[in-house]
Amino acid sequence: MSASFEQEIEEHNLDSSLESVDLAERAAIDLACKAGFGEDDQNAISMAVRECMVNAVAHGNKYNSRKKVYLKLEAVPGTLVVTIGDEGDGFRGEEVPDPRAPENLLKQSGRGLLLMRAFMDECEHTMRVPHGTLVRMLKRYS
Amino acid sequence: MSVTITTRQVGDVTVIDAAGRIILGEGSSAFRDTIKDLVTKGDKRILLNLSEVSYIDSSGIGELVSGFTTLSNAGGRLKLLGLTKRVHDLLQITKLYTVFEVFDDEATGLASFN
Repeated sequence: MSASFEQEIEEHNLDSSLESVDLAERAAIDLACKAGFGEDDQNAISMAVRECMVNAVAHGNKYNSRKKVYLKLEAVPGTLVVTIGDEGDGFRGEEVPDPRAPENLLKQSGRGLLLMRAFMDECEHTMRVPHGTLVRMLKRYS
Repeated sequence: MSVTITTRQVGDVTVIDAAGRIILGEGSSAFRDTIKDLVTKGDKRILLNLSEVSYIDSSGIGELVSGFTTLSNAGGRLKLLGLTKRVHDLLQITKLYTVFEVFDDEATGLASFN
């Protein structure tokens, strides 16, 4: 971390594409690095941002080119907050089946939310007005 | 870099050496196609070497599971070799460590098919 680092905020409105997933991942890692997060934390942030972006692009916006994904990154020393919003039909995290349950263990999909929660210290989903889902994830230094 | 996949035959076991990132898009579809081609050819004993895989996302994990069930349904086995800490942690978090047989060294992994 640079000795002068105090706070940095950046916002992006991204296309609903896999290129945006890569862009968001890189932006989050760059900021986490600037804010002094170590390699393990950077890997955790990378994984969570990637999963959240894929959810927004693929499941929320369904790759619709008219819909955007909102990304906000806020860092202060010791803490990174990532906010990602889509323009989809809305999403209730509590309704997602546990992929670790025996009956779900061999399903091909459904693990993204589990990984986001595992790799970040906080992960909240809220309904976005007028429509869509807003996810706020927070990571502190390990 | 996305994923690079090469296959080699060791006795009656096919070893898949993967390197790079197995993620949604090109990386996961390349892996899926490789498994499909091997099963079509009748190669049903597969040891997947992940020691050079730096990153797997949930889509990539889904492809591992899909490969496992495809081979099991065809009477074969998909086993894993050389997990990095990162991939190991993912299998722990998702409880897939209870599904896959995992080996640290190739000789032991190959011998397990006999």
